[in-house]
Amino acid sequence: MKFHSAVPASLIAASILFTGCANKDDASNATGSVNESTSSADNKPTATKTVTTDQTVSIDFTSAIDQYRNFVIEQCDIFVKETEKFTNAVKEGKLEEAKALYAPTRMYYERIEPIAEALGDLDPNIDARVNDVEEANWRGFHRIEKSLWEDGTTDGQEEYADQLLKDAQLLRAKVETVEIDAAMMVTGAVELLNEISSSKVTGEEELYSHTDLYDFVANVEGASKIYEILKPALATKDADLEKQIGERFTALLKELEPFKEGKGYISYEQLKEEEVRTLSQNLDALAEPLSNMGTILGV
Amino acid sequence: MMEPSESNNQPESILKKKINRRELLRIASVGGIGLMLGGAGIGGILSTRTKVKSEEASISNIDRIPFHGKHQAGIVTPAQNFICCAAFDITTSDIGEVRKLFQVWTEATLTMTQGSLIGSNNNQNLPPSDTGEAAGLSPSRSTITFGVGPSFFDSRFGLQSKRPANFQDLPSFRGDQLQPQWCGGDLMVQVCADDMQVAFHAIRNLTRLARGKAVLRWTQDGFQRTTQADPSAGTPRNLLGFKDGTGNPDVSDPDLMNQVVWAQNTDGATWMTGGSYMVVRRVRMLIEVWDRSSLKDQEATFGRYRDSGAPMGAQQEFDPVDVHATTPEGNLQIPANSHVALSHGDGTLKLLRRSYSYSSGIDSTRGQLDAGLLFISFQRDLYKQFVPIQQKLAAGDKLNEYISNIGSAVFACFPGIEQGRYIGDSLF
Repeated sequence: MKFHSAVPASLIAASILFTGCANKDDASNATGSVNESTSSADNKPTATKTVTTDQTVSIDFTSAIDQYRNFVIEQCDIFVKETEKFTNAVKEGKLEEAKALYAPTRMYYERIEPIAEALGDLDPNIDARVNDVEEANWRGFHRIEKSLWEDGTTDGQEEYADQLLKDAQLLRAKVETVEIDAAMMVTGAVELLNEISSSKVTGEEELYSHTDLYDFVANVEGASKIYEILKPALATKDADLEKQIGERFTALLKELEPFKEGKGYISYEQLKEEEVRTLSQNLDALAEPLSNMGTILGV
Repeated sequence: MMEPSESNNQPESILKKKINRRELLRIASVGGIGLMLGGAGIGGILSTRTKVKSEEASISNIDRIPFHGKHQAGIVTPAQNFICCAAFDITTSDIGEVRKLFQVWTEATLTMTQGSLIGSNNNQNLPPSDTGEAAGLSPSRSTITFGVGPSFFDSRFGLQSKRPANFQDLPSFRGDQLQPQWCGGDLMVQVCADDMQVAFHAIRNLTRLARGKAVLRWTQDGFQRTTQADPSAGTPRNLLGFKDGTGNPDVSDPDLMNQVVWAQNTDGATWMTGGSYMVVRRVRMLIEVWDRSSLKDQEATFGRYRDSGAPMGAQQEFDPVDVHATTPEGNLQIPANSHVALSHGDGTLKLLRRSYSYSSGIDSTRGQLDAGLLFISFQRDLYKQFVPIQQKLAAGDKLNEYISNIGSAVFACFPGIEQGRYIGDSLF
């Protein structure tokens, strides 16, 4: 996850030397620039790139990292509070209340999922799905989800509820120790969208409750937060890319609008096949330029 | 565009030979320079296109089909071993974005058909621009051909007036069992190559470059026998075991191609001059049923002998089709309802077929192989050439018992692209 960006000076020198001569031909490419494309570096003479990164290589991410850490801690705080409400409902046998609290509670976790994943076993303990771990070790939200929706009962879930609350509290304690850097934020944003692509779009995440849209939206919000924080740096580095990412976040959120219901979202089962596909395609359209946000990190 | 004269590569002096990517890597990895270049250096060199003009043929040009020319490559180009065909729906409503996409696609196509990587691939903080699975592979005679569907000329982009008069969705033919997921498309990309990995790589990268502007509507891969399996490059056989394409017009005859394949200045839409209209039909073959038919029936269905490919009553594959020839008993040699008799007719209607076989897993309804023909034809005018032939076939072809037309699309394939221009720019 962590990336060290020490580039030997000899290498930069070599790249200027070689790309300088390699790009002599580029002037004759009159077919228009590829810079608007996803591969935003396609036609830029690499030599120029090296020069610009020399100028901007010292983007100061201190404030961005602080902002993000504050966001993570804030989400984590609320996550613990809400998890307590949820697990209390489970332990008190309040089935309907537990079901109502389940998905909104998870959103605080889903927004900061990459951070949780950086903390060893916490993610599987909190968020493992039915076949992610050995049956004997399966615990957390989805274990309880199965009981609430599939068996229609809170019976036998007390221990899982207690464990879940402890794990949430542990996450909150440990989150302060995570070393966040700009590279982690950049990859984290893409990871959040990849999470949606790989498990939420298909409805595998919330197998019993079908509350996948809550996770979907929370992942998008988590990625959007990182983008908002890094936006000024990105605007100085590649304004077109910054604009494109912004537009595509807007497009995706607009696509999610019709599925709102009250304070939450409709069941994922209600989505038509082509609605799911359109969501997935909008997600890909956003994730592609977002994955180029690393351009702010210098070479 | 590969002119026939260019297809015979003259052995060239080794000194003239262009340095290709693999050689560059080999040279670069000798001694310390390889390490020195390990970062941005090589990327800089590789992402720059070596401009190969068709006239400066080099040894490696056997594998490289020029992109620039009067016509798009991949139409009268001898069919390569594999195809990856994809139709896209445009998701942007901004014509400027579409033009940008065409520019980006042109750029990437030039690079990939040279056998080079697109974009920059060495920034540790970024995903590589090129997906990389064709790195170090030869261009494998890859061609990438672009077209637009009739829906491209609806009200979205204000191009209604540019739609050629005879360019619209095909009428429905008797017996069609079209499934919407295999039909239509705003854009079409046909990649053909002698290597499947090279072909897939191209479709994958073009799809990636289109993100946010266009999405996949359908894709279909296809194959035919490879040059390795048939060095004599005889007429390929379809999955029914019969030679397919025997009656094709001679692609090395430019006048004939102007009559049959290429849209002419006088045809109405001047932006299409030098382009061609494409039909793509996904023809599911009921191969299990076919495999239970007697050889006699099979041959009567096609009107050709299975083994030689000769028209019934004739000896050789390329003997002329005589639909009036009779047996000593006075019966027609070639049954009137056979595929050859109907499609040949009086011999005046021609089109250029460039089909591939496909196999796409199992048809879950029947539990049988979902396999058949990705029928592709190029013609100057859909309604004067393809439509009348297909109407005759749909009405009476004995082959209809064994096939089912499940996909259908038509595209206007742009004229060729000159240096410095981009696909479709004659349209804007």
